[in-house]
Amino acid sequence: MVQSLKIIYALFNKDLLLEIRQQYTFYGILLYIGSTIFVLFMAVEVPESDIWNGLFWVIQLFISINAVAKSFLQENRGRMLYYYSIAGPAQFMLAKLFFNSLLMLVMSVLSLGLFSLFLGNPVEKLGAFIGLVLLGGWSLSLVFTFLAAIAAKAQQNAAIMAILGFPLIIPQLLLLMRLSKAAFNNMMTIPVETVLLLIALDAMVIVLSVILFPFLWKD
Amino acid sequence: MRKAWWKILSVLLLVYTFTVGLMANVPRLPQLQETIRNLYFHVCMWFAMMILFIISVVHAILFLRNNKLKHDICSRQYAVIGIIFGILGYSTGAIWMSYTWADPNNPAYASFSTIARDPKLIGAAIALLIYFAYLVLRDSITDMDKKARISAVYNIFAFAFLFPTIWILPRLLPSLHPGQEGNPALNTNDVDSRMRMVFYPAILGWTLLGVWITTLKIRINLLKEKMLIYE
Repeated sequence: MVQSLKIIYALFNKDLLLEIRQQYTFYGILLYIGSTIFVLFMAVEVPESDIWNGLFWVIQLFISINAVAKSFLQENRGRMLYYYSIAGPAQFMLAKLFFNSLLMLVMSVLSLGLFSLFLGNPVEKLGAFIGLVLLGGWSLSLVFTFLAAIAAKAQQNAAIMAILGFPLIIPQLLLLMRLSKAAFNNMMTIPVETVLLLIALDAMVIVLSVILFPFLWKD
Repeated sequence: MRKAWWKILSVLLLVYTFTVGLMANVPRLPQLQETIRNLYFHVCMWFAMMILFIISVVHAILFLRNNKLKHDICSRQYAVIGIIFGILGYSTGAIWMSYTWADPNNPAYASFSTIARDPKLIGAAIALLIYFAYLVLRDSITDMDKKARISAVYNIFAFAFLFPTIWILPRLLPSLHPGQEGNPALNTNDVDSRMRMVFYPAILGWTLLGVWITTLKIRINLLKEKMLIYE
């Protein structure tokens, strides 16, 4: 148990170090966020809260695809063989899930900041909305991490991730958008059971990834 | 003959569905009138689709357990026929909707964008999109064994999402579609007893028809891949 935690930590640390040493990817995503939001700023100026909400989550979706896609695509065949000799599939998958969650949490907060800077801030319950953004970013990163594994194994690019992922993520996005609508209005309360449902879905994704990844891992 | 009994049963049940279903007396509700007969077709399509998708995912799990290409072929064919039943369910629903929900002064396609927002329809659309994506993923991989393994993994992963989409999400969101609380159509208060006499046999008949079509397709594909499977 302790041993496998150590391995997970080591793999997580490796991804973090890579990210710090090759900062171009991090800044690449950051630039992607910045320029998309700037395009929106040019196109819509200050949107109404409903449109703001829709735009925000669609942008989150695209950010998450771009941020997460490279996690498996960057691993070449030789390196995968090396991981195969030092770690189990579940440990490898968990390390990737943790790392991508962290990455996406950072990106979500940054994009929320840029969004409110450029497009105004219609959010009334800021604390609750930040919580929702983090939850949403986490959900997106988990689903797309697993799909990135599938796409990498199928030797495809990020486009297939979008095809595979969009139908799966619609229910979660729908729930997130409804929850955020409640955060835009002081009169509405945020339904707790919907939040719990989202957390349950996230837990399901983690369990499924750990169960199913071993079948993708072997070649 | 011994193995063909369920095919004969399927034909008999469908003949029964069409004759009795279209001629027997039905309760005339103010909104629905005679369109209520669509229950024997529209709802049965979704039952058949769901059952075929469940069989497909079971074959995907079996494939991952014992690596027999036969299961992969079954899994794919059940998904394809499931999609066809889904499309039929969508179109029978569209016909039904154009008589009950749509604004009579507007053509049905003009109000489509508002109606398609209904959670039940979103769930159905997602189900179809997931399985279309499954087919795209399959065709994008050339290696037979890899194709089977990766698509089985996606099949299981996607099915786990399909379940909350169809069974939980519509209950949380407001909807025009009947069956908001409890299980639509299975609830004994929903369906008149006269209609249940046709409805349950109809579900069985359509599902058996779906399985029959699929077994034919599976046999064709097994013959095509014979060289690969038995050698």
